Amino acid sequence: MSRHLPFFSEHADHEAAADALTVSGLCHHYGNRPSLKDVTFSINRGERVAVVGPNGAGKSTLFQLIAGILEPDAGTISIYGHRPARHFCIAYVVQRSQVDWSFPVTVSDVVMMGRAGEIGPLRRPGRTDREKVDRSLADVGLYELRNRRIRELSGGQQQRMFIARALAQEATLMLMDEPFNGLDFQSQRAILDIIDTLGERGVTILVATHDLDIAARRFERVLLLNTGMIGIGPAAELFTAGRIQAAFGQHSHTIQLDDGLLIVQDSCCSGGNPPDA
Amino acid sequence: MHELIHWLLEPFQYTFMLRALAAVWIAGCACSVIGAYVVLRGMAFLGDALAHAILPGIAVGYLVSGGLTSGLFWWGMGTAIAASLGIGTVSRKSRLKKDTTIGIFLAGLFALGIALISTLRDYAVDLSHLLFGNVLSVSGYDLGLMAGFGLLVLVAVGLFYKEFLIISFDPVLARTLRLPVRVLESALLILLAITIVVSLQAVGIALMLALLVTPAATAYLVTRRLPAMMAVACLSTTLSGILGLYLSFYASVAAGPAVVLVCTMFFIITYLATSLRRRRTESAPVP
Repeated sequence: MSRHLPFFSEHADHEAAADALTVSGLCHHYGNRPSLKDVTFSINRGERVAVVGPNGAGKSTLFQLIAGILEPDAGTISIYGHRPARHFCIAYVVQRSQVDWSFPVTVSDVVMMGRAGEIGPLRRPGRTDREKVDRSLADVGLYELRNRRIRELSGGQQQRMFIARALAQEATLMLMDEPFNGLDFQSQRAILDIIDTLGERGVTILVATHDLDIAARRFERVLLLNTGMIGIGPAAELFTAGRIQAAFGQHSHTIQLDDGLLIVQDSCCSGGNPPDA
Repeated sequence: MHELIHWLLEPFQYTFMLRALAAVWIAGCACSVIGAYVVLRGMAFLGDALAHAILPGIAVGYLVSGGLTSGLFWWGMGTAIAASLGIGTVSRKSRLKKDTTIGIFLAGLFALGIALISTLRDYAVDLSHLLFGNVLSVSGYDLGLMAGFGLLVLVAVGLFYKEFLIISFDPVLARTLRLPVRVLESALLILLAITIVVSLQAVGIALMLALLVTPAATAYLVTRRLPAMMAVACLSTTLSGILGLYLSFYASVAAGPAVVLVCTMFFIITYLATSLRRRRTESAPVP
């Protein structure tokens, strides 16, 4: 493979024994305002973890740090044993509102973009690449719509297109930022089902959401975040009145029922005070 | 019939008109391809500023050579590339909003260019050529340079098509694929600079923006994919070039503005036609 052009980097090998993702003592500031404080956790290969917290809790910042788009002020991130900047197997699906949907590209054009790292500079997509793109589109049920312009897609289809791109990219670590925002239940379920399938295939997935219900029902573990880390674990153990209060503050209300904890959540606005403030 | 053919062929019996046609075509195609990125990435202001910023370099070339035009292409090229890299750095480091900083520096450079040229006698003529183009007096030597550098732009865009597409559509993906985003952005700016110098004689500094955005915008309205957008933009400038030169020849309108006017007319017609079609499809009953 000819990737030997100046400025274009080589991909790091994955360490066989390393966890998919290890984050330790991670801190980040925007100016004087801390956005992440001392976050430490690790995630196994193929695990599906929901990252839950109010708006401004640092979910996107965490993802950008893991993806190697931002540099941490302190702490380390290791992906399959190496720092993020040496991988191009990380797929970061941004919020749909951050995409220019008027751009003149088709669905399969966007999915093909995921192949660019593998194809390398100065080369064109070959037959293998086109087959991978078609298969990825079929996996998310968008093959029939492959020649549509992206602005013609519904919200759920747009989200699935980016999952297809992550598949074409052969991503082993997928970060999805608020994929369920503004989607109806049916589209949400379709995406959750795809996420389950990906987990079975060994893709490690982190999904940022402020939907506690989806996080509790459909993910193996939940990472509760509000600038600082409040906890990580299965929702059944993690969701206590105290921790929910620490994450969502005045915007949540917990009621202890006989068969569990009922959490009433304000869907707007920022959260409570960071745990150590 | 015979008369019509004579009327159509008449202008292009002159070598200067043939050269002008070639020059407009080369400039138009280079501008169409780079213009697609200018439109999609929202770099219109940057392109306009860059065109203005090369004036002092050309002015120095003018003064040094005592008014000879043969070396000006190279002076322009050097300044344009330096300015494009300068703009990249300035806009990254600026504490003010990007467009403010770019505006300050480039308006200043433009003033410097005019100041330098104004020290010459008869500067009004020279200046108007630089500002509005003088495609009817392109030399064979200049035409060769234009063709060479125009081709360079097209080849570079072809070679790095997928990388330029990704940094334009999805900078986050570009970063996670570890593409050299800054290098690619600078490369795109340099290609824009080269395109501007290639098109300098065709439309001049002041009308450069029209050739960069108008055909690309027209094509955007009627195409679905980027390569098609580039191709349709090329077609639109080619036609505008031909029609503009007829307009210039028979109505004695300056060639640069004539070409730009035809471009603008194409845009307006396309815009109206697509709006009309859209309204009709929107009001059609749902089956």
